[in-house]
Amino acid sequence: MTSSSRRGAPGPTGNGAKDEILRRIRRATTEADAGTPGGAVPRGYHLQGEHSPGSPELIELLRDRLLDYRAAVHRCSPEEVPATVASALADRQARRVVVPAGLDPAWLAGWPGDAVPDRPAAPLTVTDLDGMDGVVTGCAVAIADTGTLVLDASADQGRRVITLVPDYHLVVVRAEQVVQSVPEGLARMDPDRPLTMISGPSATSDIELNRVEGVHGPRTLVVVLVG
Amino acid sequence: MGREPVSTDLGMPRRRVNPEASERGTLRGDLGFPQAARVALANGQLRRNLGHATATIRAKRAAVVAELDDWEALRDAGSALKADVMSRLPELLEQLEANVTARGGVVHWARDADEANAVITSIIQGVGARDGRPVDQVVKVKSMATQETGLNEALAAQGIAAVETDLAELIVQLADDKPSHILVPAIHRNRAEIRQIFLEHMAGVDPGLTDEPRVLAMAARAHLRRTFLSARVAISGANFGVAETGTLAVVESEGNGRMCLTLPDTLITLMGIEKLVPTWRDLEVFLQLLPRSSTGERMNPYTSLWTGVTPGDGPQEFHLVLLDNGRTAALADQVGRSALHCIRCSACLNVCPVYERVGGHAYGSVYPGPIGAVLTPQLAGMHGHPGVGPGAGPGDPVDTLPYASSLCGACFDACPVKIDIPSLLVHLRAQHVDGERARHRLPTAERAAMAAAAWVMATPGRFATAEKGLAAGRLVGRGGRISSLPPPLSAWTSARDLPVPPRETFRQWWSRRPSPAGTPSPFVRGAPSDE
Amino acid sequence: MRIAVFATCLADALFPRAAQATVLLLERLGHEVVFPADQTCCGQMHVNTGYQREALPVVGHHVDVFERALAPVADGGLGADVIVAPSGSCVGSVRHQHAMVASSAGDEPLAGRAAQVAAKTYELSELLVDVLGVTDVGASYPHRVTYHPTCHSLRLLRVGDKPLRLLRSVAGIDLVELPGADQCCGFGGTFALKNADTSTAMLADKMRAVQATSAEVLTAGDSSCLMHIGGGLSRLRVGTRTVHLAEILAGEGWDANL
Repeated sequence: MTSSSRRGAPGPTGNGAKDEILRRIRRATTEADAGTPGGAVPRGYHLQGEHSPGSPELIELLRDRLLDYRAAVHRCSPEEVPATVASALADRQARRVVVPAGLDPAWLAGWPGDAVPDRPAAPLTVTDLDGMDGVVTGCAVAIADTGTLVLDASADQGRRVITLVPDYHLVVVRAEQVVQSVPEGLARMDPDRPLTMISGPSATSDIELNRVEGVHGPRTLVVVLVG
Repeated sequence: MGREPVSTDLGMPRRRVNPEASERGTLRGDLGFPQAARVALANGQLRRNLGHATATIRAKRAAVVAELDDWEALRDAGSALKADVMSRLPELLEQLEANVTARGGVVHWARDADEANAVITSIIQGVGARDGRPVDQVVKVKSMATQETGLNEALAAQGIAAVETDLAELIVQLADDKPSHILVPAIHRNRAEIRQIFLEHMAGVDPGLTDEPRVLAMAARAHLRRTFLSARVAISGANFGVAETGTLAVVESEGNGRMCLTLPDTLITLMGIEKLVPTWRDLEVFLQLLPRSSTGERMNPYTSLWTGVTPGDGPQEFHLVLLDNGRTAALADQVGRSALHCIRCSACLNVCPVYERVGGHAYGSVYPGPIGAVLTPQLAGMHGHPGVGPGAGPGDPVDTLPYASSLCGACFDACPVKIDIPSLLVHLRAQHVDGERARHRLPTAERAAMAAAAWVMATPGRFATAEKGLAAGRLVGRGGRISSLPPPLSAWTSARDLPVPPRETFRQWWSRRPSPAGTPSPFVRGAPSDE
Repeated sequence: MRIAVFATCLADALFPRAAQATVLLLERLGHEVVFPADQTCCGQMHVNTGYQREALPVVGHHVDVFERALAPVADGGLGADVIVAPSGSCVGSVRHQHAMVASSAGDEPLAGRAAQVAAKTYELSELLVDVLGVTDVGASYPHRVTYHPTCHSLRLLRVGDKPLRLLRSVAGIDLVELPGADQCCGFGGTFALKNADTSTAMLADKMRAVQATSAEVLTAGDSSCLMHIGGGLSRLRVGTRTVHLAEILAGEGWDANL
């Protein structure tokens, strides 16, 4: 039973439409072509980058890409993470931030403000989130070629809404999470999880093609690159 | 479209009247392309805006494409993947349905626009009934499929307001206008116009609003944020549907997609049946092809991917509506079906010299430009097309679309999935003529001229004779030029001269050349071999 | 080589100089030129306007004529090694449309023959550079010239920079780059009539680019585009004249003894 039918919403349309459409497709492709080659798909494109995950060249490349997107980037060693996070939040003059329930508590150990956990048992409301000064998360994987950070709603990243409503998002990215290419990134992404690929703050070019940043979603993106 | 808000300017109610947004279909305009183009060409602001916009996006696209040394390999893969999808569509659609359903989503199928709209309306009404509180407003992420079905109008007729949340779509909606470009639908508007639109139609807007793009964007943010945070139902399209996993993808820039896909409790996604990719890893091809081709970026700001329902995160009710609406008709055409490979990047629009000068409205369809010229006739039904329906009758504007091109080929070069649009245009032109021929409806003058020309050109003797007749043209010109001819050639001489025909044709010259020694062959000397 | 000239119906009837210069150029380079006199037209106008059925006999005739041109003299042919046309669009039609038109009509044998003829058919700059291996044709042409790469040459035949390499080797030439060169001139065959307004708008921009070069001469490898752009330049009395690529490569004064 699907969750929707359990809740009494309309189930799928009667099978009439589905059968009709499938019938039309089968008639179209049978009539029109005897054996169109589905064939092997040529994959002559790069399946991976020249640099291996976590290598210094990739960290540098990711940093360049993020700066291109006008995200703020801080590099630090693993020991320096708490201080770096605290310093960034202080620059922001943040007092209360939301954190995923599974975030490493050490990351915020150096910050005097209020880190409010979003727990599955007691999720924050949208109004709560709207009142937060920001959100701090980890990430699932980062793609250096395109400057992309991927969130997969794991315990250290939280529900999608907590990285959407606050206006400031600080992401901690560990070196070993950085791959070079999109194919490598996708291979580390779990399609069963809700995924958000972030490549810079939101933007629009709809007004005379002038790029304006920060239409919806966090207008400030800060990345702490560790390692 | 049924809404008539009042303005308090001077205390007099002002009814919005936009002649371009009159009652007409979403795939079929009022005017044939040549007539619509003439109107558009005279619009200086449209031409300036479009020229600037397309030149800018062209340059950005060229730069990011040049960065990839495997761009051609990606295009080859993208083209092959889409061809594979079209050849296995039933299997892949059923796989998608099974995977979405297994993850708590509900899959519906819609044969045409009306059915899609009805299904979506009934889902929304169902939510209202279940909650004991009708849903009178839904938020939308930009979706070409919902424009194609005219969803907003259908919902409005049932008392449900669909709020567009993409900035450009919002601008178009507030102005009761029509989009003119797939990717930047308000490109025909400048900042001063947008400011005016916001002042007149955006509730609660600051009267001191300036026309600075940043200020306008922030006004939209504030206006929409309230709506997002209280919305119960969202409607989206999908850029890709992964059959292997049941995952859907929305590729966007502003964050309104994330808002719509995450905040409301119910999400309804309308997706054309052709938007599939076979496996999860195949996204690696399209997620590289699409952003670079559409906005000229290495990657767009936000891409959201979800499978069914995730308890505790995002919508707890998810409906996927799969749309045919003429796609199976296109599929029935072995050549024409490659138009279904389109991933809606709009790269072809941005390189098209015709689109650049006339804009999207001239095509009369939500799918304009080169891809629109080959997709619209197939979806909407064109005379002579083997698929659905007889079209709208003689003089159908859709019939003019395959001719809205000089066949320059720039679109084919730009298409990330290598759709051979020029060949498709020639193919559809032949279908149109064959269809008209079968209905004895070919424009008499054109058909007669074409038949006569073919008759002359099929035989050298007739050809040589016809050439001799050209000599009369030497009497028409002055100073070596002909500047005026009767219709239909007046279309030429209205803007261009023609040279006076030469004293002798090439073959006349050749035939009086001295033979090279020892080669008296009549073939070499140019005597016609028959007639 | 023995080279068969496909003059093209447009050059034959209205712009014979393009075909004449082609002949004289190739003869000066030491090749023997033959002209299959029963040739007519490639049929692209019909194909591109949707009249494929009408185009079929025209295509069939073209294939007959040029198949015979390529056949050995002993078999009644002309014994030509290759076919050349001073037109990117006509060669484009032969190469990319003839077999298709035949197949669409269900005539697979004709499609096969058309492909054979197409395999030996070259646009002028392709023939000179790829087949004859020459970029300096020994021409002199002391004029300011700008070159428009026609869409069929550029995107269908992909001649690349062959025409420019040929032009650069011409003695005395002042070759100036055309701004926005790869933008379509707006001719497009019957497009110029059926969508005359848009065609004219495209022409206006192409003419503006030509004027920006202050060139005496605009050249290209297609008489059709030159007729369109030249017609506009003439109407506006711009003063820049259009000269086919073949005439420049044949050199100043090539027509002295026509």
